[in-house]
Amino acid sequence: MEVLLLSRLQFAATTFFHFLFVPLTLGLSILIAIMETRWASSGNEEYKRMARFWGKIFVINFALGVVTGITLEFQFGTNWSRYAQYVGDIFGSLLAIEATVAFFLESTLIGVWIFTWDRISPKVHATIMWLIAAAVNTSAYFILSANAWMQHPVGYVIRNGRAELEDFIAIITQHLAVIEFLHTVSAAYILSGFFVMGVSAYHLLKKKHLWIFNKSFKMALYFSLFFSIFVVIQGHLNGAEVARTQPSKLAAMESHWKTEANAPIYLFALPNPFGEGNLVEILPIPGALSLLAFHDSSAVVKGLYDFKPEDRPPVFLTFSAFKIMLALGMLFPLLCIWGWFIRNKLTENPKYLRIMLWCIPLPYIAIEAGWIVTEVGRQPWLVWGVMRTSEGVSPVAADQVAVSLIAFIIFYGLLGAAAFWLMARYAKKGPEPAPEPAS
Amino acid sequence: METIWFLLWGLLWAIYFMLDGFDLGLGTLSPFVAKNDTEKQILYQSMGPFWDGNEVWLITAGGVTFAAFPTAYAVMFSALYSPLMLILFALIIRGVAIELRNKVEGSGWRDAWDICLFVGSLVPALLFGVAFANIFQGIPIDANGVYKGTLFTLLNPYGLLGGLLFLCLFCYHGALWLGIKSTGDLEARALKYARFLWPPLLVLAVVFLAATWFATPLWANYLQNPVLMIVPAIAVVGLLATRFFLQGGAAWKAWFSSSAVIVGATLFGVIGLYPNLLPSSIDPSASLNVTNASSSPLTLKIMLGVALVMVPIVIGYQLWVYHYFRHEVTEEDLIY
Repeated sequence: MEVLLLSRLQFAATTFFHFLFVPLTLGLSILIAIMETRWASSGNEEYKRMARFWGKIFVINFALGVVTGITLEFQFGTNWSRYAQYVGDIFGSLLAIEATVAFFLESTLIGVWIFTWDRISPKVHATIMWLIAAAVNTSAYFILSANAWMQHPVGYVIRNGRAELEDFIAIITQHLAVIEFLHTVSAAYILSGFFVMGVSAYHLLKKKHLWIFNKSFKMALYFSLFFSIFVVIQGHLNGAEVARTQPSKLAAMESHWKTEANAPIYLFALPNPFGEGNLVEILPIPGALSLLAFHDSSAVVKGLYDFKPEDRPPVFLTFSAFKIMLALGMLFPLLCIWGWFIRNKLTENPKYLRIMLWCIPLPYIAIEAGWIVTEVGRQPWLVWGVMRTSEGVSPVAADQVAVSLIAFIIFYGLLGAAAFWLMARYAKKGPEPAPEPAS
Repeated sequence: METIWFLLWGLLWAIYFMLDGFDLGLGTLSPFVAKNDTEKQILYQSMGPFWDGNEVWLITAGGVTFAAFPTAYAVMFSALYSPLMLILFALIIRGVAIELRNKVEGSGWRDAWDICLFVGSLVPALLFGVAFANIFQGIPIDANGVYKGTLFTLLNPYGLLGGLLFLCLFCYHGALWLGIKSTGDLEARALKYARFLWPPLLVLAVVFLAATWFATPLWANYLQNPVLMIVPAIAVVGLLATRFFLQGGAAWKAWFSSSAVIVGATLFGVIGLYPNLLPSSIDPSASLNVTNASSSPLTLKIMLGVALVMVPIVIGYQLWVYHYFRHEVTEEDLIY
């Protein structure tokens, strides 16, 4: 295999793995901070047990997120050196600023947080978690604004044979950066909420630690309910932004081939994985695609036939990932609304609890699918309209990359197995027993 | 402006080596210095609150290389592909070992992570030295920034010497750290290791400085500006002082002196390198320097603003953390 494909697979595999751990930290940090705040304000030690229980799972995810994140930063140099050279002026500075502004704070404070449960006051301990939560979410903003720049480059000028910075503020405040952030963190919050609800459901089904897991479940339920509804509305804005900035991605997401006004969405369609066009197209909703993309059911939506084959993203993968994300994204608010109606009698509804337990993996699937839509749909561009993926790859030997790719797969497989095994173990074990009152 | 960033770049690497140096050295020594599970737990906890914050200096050093000198970042990282991948794998298992090891009882689980900690610490300590020594003497890159050697090109005598020096220095630094953070038998053993490591460290340092004369052009800048000699002098004085303090039982002072050795040695190399960032050993005109590899003035300016505000804040809160956890770790303190 050639270097390009190997490097792409390696970046995909390592990002996929990194993204198994990071989203949970984005939301769980906030939930734990809320629990600790309640502990500080009420003095109720049960909140402390609760925060400590979730904290253990948080720490595992945080550590895995940190160590796998370095891989991503380094790969821009090792595997994508032409890219690094061409856009380092902009992209590199966003990463460097992220590290100094946010990453230092969260990584330094996590060490303090782990070791000070019994050494500092609840108020300070809660504040540390709030700072960690703020820092991890700020990190997400910088990383996503760097990604948004690859999707929709702004604030730059091509000079000295590379992209040079012209307007820093334009890059970090562009519309796409903001909506990409809102979309991604909302998805991460839903994932965190469903994780907490699923694990809580496990204990509620066993009728163990009822107080802690009833509270945890409800807290996560409100959180997920809000963000799962928010993300549906906000996701629609995302679609409109894609239509405006990346028409070929939108066409691939919907497997929309012919340029037409009043473009439909098919309730069921299947793109030909080996060629052009769709194998199946049934149940069209006329004008729906035009309406969603341009807020006008008669608007013209450009189809894939109007892009040269070398300018089209891989349609089958983009389309399938998008539909999976969409279907799951619709399911989450329904599950939350159902939960809201029975929130005060959860233990009397074992069927719902069992469903929520088995739903833990779904937001993971949705969030990885969403990332596939973003990144695969961006192809063949590395930086939209500026640099092709094939132009960004390092001049390194293919066997080197093949070896590192295989090593990553084996190594990350083992690491992931150990981490998830440990998380499941902690999750099943439940909170530590309450300390004996001093006699 | 480029020169300021060059110095900041060198300083970031120096701080990274100073801080993560003790973690990496201690990890390398861990199978030998800690005799039972309690001692191992104390060893892990002596790095527990710090390793993560330390590793961010690496991420920042990498990020600044990327942002301030993108061409150097691109060529350096792709040329050093295999060693960097090895460092990455090692740092990953090292970090995960520290976080997960004590979370499960049982010797199978813990023994496995102990091996991970050892390998995950040894490999970066050695390879960072190999990588930097190779940068000092230049690596075979052509005018297109394409690397013309193999992994074994890097394992030349001078490169290996640099690797051994780093490894020995970090182990010494780590032994002192454990001496500070532990009590009783473990403390005594850690300090014994430090005393044992010092003579080979001295020999390696002298040989390295001499070999640098023959293998690299680093000394040229010093001959031109003798006042710069103060930088290697700090490393040499630190190396002598640390043994003196160790003898007197002043572990903290010995540790600060060995920190001065690490910072002095790193900056010695970096200043000697100036204005180059990555010299080419086959084509001097292909060398990457602060002018032909740097970012645009605007990027450098914005980043300097961020750095001047944020880096002192970062140093401030990291100092607070070190101060807060300055106490020794004893059996009663173990948390997991």
